[in-house]
Amino acid sequence: MSWKPATAHTTRQLRAQMLHDIRAFFLQKNVLEVETPALSQAGNTDPFIESFQLNQEIEQDNSPRYLHTSPEYAMKRLLADNSGDIYQICKVWRASETGRNHNPEFTMLEWYRVGFHYHQLIQEVTELLLSLLPSVEKNTVIIAYKTLFIDTFGINPHQTNQRELANCVQKNISGLATNNLDQQALLDALLTHCIEPEFDKKSLTFIIDYPAEQSALAQLRTEKNYQVAERFEVYLGTSELANGYQEEISYQRNLEILDTENAHRKTNQQTIVTQDKHFLHAMKAGMPVTSGVAIGLDRILMILANVKSIQEVINFPWESA
Amino acid sequence: MATYNTSEFKSGLKFIMDGDPYTIVENEFVKPGKGQAFSRVRIRNLKTNRVIEKTFKSGEKVEAADVMEIDMEYLYEDGEFWHFMEPTSFEQHAAGEAAVTDVKFWLKAQEQYIVTLWNGAPLSITPPNFIELKITECDPGVQGNTAQGATKPAIVETGAQIKVPLFVEEGEVVKIDTRTGEYLSRAKEA
Repeated sequence: MSWKPATAHTTRQLRAQMLHDIRAFFLQKNVLEVETPALSQAGNTDPFIESFQLNQEIEQDNSPRYLHTSPEYAMKRLLADNSGDIYQICKVWRASETGRNHNPEFTMLEWYRVGFHYHQLIQEVTELLLSLLPSVEKNTVIIAYKTLFIDTFGINPHQTNQRELANCVQKNISGLATNNLDQQALLDALLTHCIEPEFDKKSLTFIIDYPAEQSALAQLRTEKNYQVAERFEVYLGTSELANGYQEEISYQRNLEILDTENAHRKTNQQTIVTQDKHFLHAMKAGMPVTSGVAIGLDRILMILANVKSIQEVINFPWESA
Repeated sequence: MATYNTSEFKSGLKFIMDGDPYTIVENEFVKPGKGQAFSRVRIRNLKTNRVIEKTFKSGEKVEAADVMEIDMEYLYEDGEFWHFMEPTSFEQHAAGEAAVTDVKFWLKAQEQYIVTLWNGAPLSITPPNFIELKITECDPGVQGNTAQGATKPAIVETGAQIKVPLFVEEGEVVKIDTRTGEYLSRAKEA
């Protein structure tokens, strides 16, 4: 077992330069850097993200604390208090996400733009990414989730059913059993196995307008016969770099989302997570119309350092931390 | 019954699927930030050696395979079984035709092999990468002919047919790469 860092010194220099460049970018745009707690009394209820839970070994307070999986709830409390535009660079933690593109502890850049429509934020994300990544070509593609599924499989993902999707998976992905996959898992399988591999490796691809079931805390928009979530994801090749929303600002719907997420957890026999009541109170007080986005900075660094695994850009990755 | 969760997947992990033992060649964790995680794996069937692709939903469990790889010495063949021995415990294992079929021509007494045991029985045999074998049959050597590339057929003590340079004589010991079946050099004098 080696005590030595997994990074090259040049990679550490690239990280320092990247952090400097990001701060300069937001300073120039008058977006305020903020900090929020990493250890919170509430956790992320999202059933596809697992928090680390910590127990305090003291008598006065034995309630668990959660390491944040993103600073979203707390930053929205600041927005509700009229903070205006804010950004944060922080470590976040997601249990059991390990692989070539995943380290359970990673660095996130998250920012919120008050009064922005999510298409304006897409422009700003593009501007930042192109400034950080000079090797990326400028012919950015913005494409709807629906268009991708229609072009690739002839299926409208907003108006399909489990059976049609299961057939599609069986036809296109060898060796994946569909019997225990729900509709979202089937869509995710098709997206990750068949659609993402076709994305341009030299320029950015934005997927926009997700199925309503995958809204997370994004706002919904009603189309002709269905709703879409005003969300976007940014890719370079198959590497997912960022995830952004037209933020849902209705208290009622935020409450429903958190309840639905825990209900989903119960059905799947996952741990029930303590809801963030402070966040919900802030939503009740009112948050301005805002768009927000989170970027995985280690993946940006992978592109800058031209390496194939996230472990090569983190000084002491999970296995040697 | 021992099981593995997909989060334990890594190269070399051995498990049972559809009744056959498999080993993981490559494991890739795939997950949209806000979506279902999968483990995409390339796995090798330890019986047939065939490599296939498979995707597991994260959290799925597989049954652990009781598979061990042990260095053993090859002893002899009795017409039905090929016998191997663990050099420290002297414990003997009899391998059937199916386990040795790919390596039959590289089995030489007292040589070390990796024997893969499944539920205690030999499943497959891996020969050393290089082996030294005596030529038992070939045309007489052409002295002085060291021309590059010119070869003649030869049969070695294990029955394998190989190609050797023209100067090699019957009775000589030669070094062979078992992965390709190619002649490498004359063996150095003991």
